[in-house]
Amino acid sequence: MPLVIQSAPMAPALANRYHALLEELRCLVCQNESLAESNAALATDLRAEIRGMMKRGASNEQIINFLVVRYGDFILYRPPFKPITYLLWLAPFVLAATGLTVLLYKIGQRARREERPLSAQEQNQLRKLLCDGNKD
Amino acid sequence: MIRYLLPASVFMSLVVFLAIGLHRDPTLVPSPLIGKPAPDFRLPHLQEPTRMLTKSDLKGKVSLINVWATWCGACYQEHPVLLALARSRQVSIYGLNWKDQRVPAMKWLEDYGNPYTAVAFDKSGKVGIDWGVYGAPETFVVDRYGIIRYKYIGPLTVDILKQTILPLVDRLRDG
Repeated sequence: MPLVIQSAPMAPALANRYHALLEELRCLVCQNESLAESNAALATDLRAEIRGMMKRGASNEQIINFLVVRYGDFILYRPPFKPITYLLWLAPFVLAATGLTVLLYKIGQRARREERPLSAQEQNQLRKLLCDGNKD
Repeated sequence: MIRYLLPASVFMSLVVFLAIGLHRDPTLVPSPLIGKPAPDFRLPHLQEPTRMLTKSDLKGKVSLINVWATWCGACYQEHPVLLALARSRQVSIYGLNWKDQRVPAMKWLEDYGNPYTAVAFDKSGKVGIDWGVYGAPETFVVDRYGIIRYKYIGPLTVDILKQTILPLVDRLRDG
C-alpha cells in the first residue's frame, strides 16, 4: 500500500478563492468540464499545482498567466478581450444595434406613409368600395 | 431584389461559418508555445535514474520530443511509426515518459523496441505541464536553437511524417 499523505487544509479565505478560480478554468481533457469538476488525471495535477501556487502566495493573475503561457486562452472559460476576440465580444452588440436601427427605420417609414392624406382619386375609390359594400 | 439577396447572403455566410466550425476538431488545442523557446527541464533518464537529461542535450540539432506512456493506447499504435523513423536516421527522437512507472516503461521499450535517443522520466507530470501537454501521445519539433516549431497531437502516422514533419525538419536543418 502506498502511503498517501494528505496535504494540509487551506485557510477558508484561500479555499474560497481556490474554488472560485477553478470554476473559471476549463479542463483540456474533458472540455465541457471545469477544472473543479473534472476527474481527469491532468485536472488533478493542475489542481495540485494551483493549490501549491496559492499557498506560496501567488495571485489569481499569476496563476492564470502560468496556465495561459502553457495551454493558451483555451483554458479560460471567459476569453480575454484582445484583437483576435474583438469580433466575438462585440458582434452581439453590433448585431443588436443593426437590428434596432433597421426596425426603427421601418417603423418610421410606415408612420410617414400612414400620415399622408388620401388623394382625390383615392377618396373616390374608397367611396365606391364602401358604397358597393352597402349594396350586399 | 436587394431585400431578398441581403438576407439570403447573410444566411449563406452563417452556413459557411457553421460548416467550417463543424469540421474542426475541438480536442486539438493549439499550443501557445509554438515559436517560443522550449521550457527548461531537468529529469532523470528512464533507464539510468542517476543521470539527468536537460534542455541543453537538445541544443545544436533538430529533434522530436515524443510524449508517451505505457497507459496510453494510442502510443502503442504509433510506436511502429517511431521505430521506422528512428531506423531511417533522419532526426533524433527524444522520449518524455509522462506520468508513468519506470519498470513497465523500460519493459515496454525492451519488448517493442526503443526508437529514442534518450528518454526523460517525468513521473509527476510537471515537465509535461510546462510543455502544455494535455494527453499522450504528443510530438514536438524543436529546432537547433531550442525553439519549439511544431506540435502534433495524437498518434503519428507515416502520412503526417512525410507531409509535414520531415519537410519541416529538413527546412530547419538547412535554415
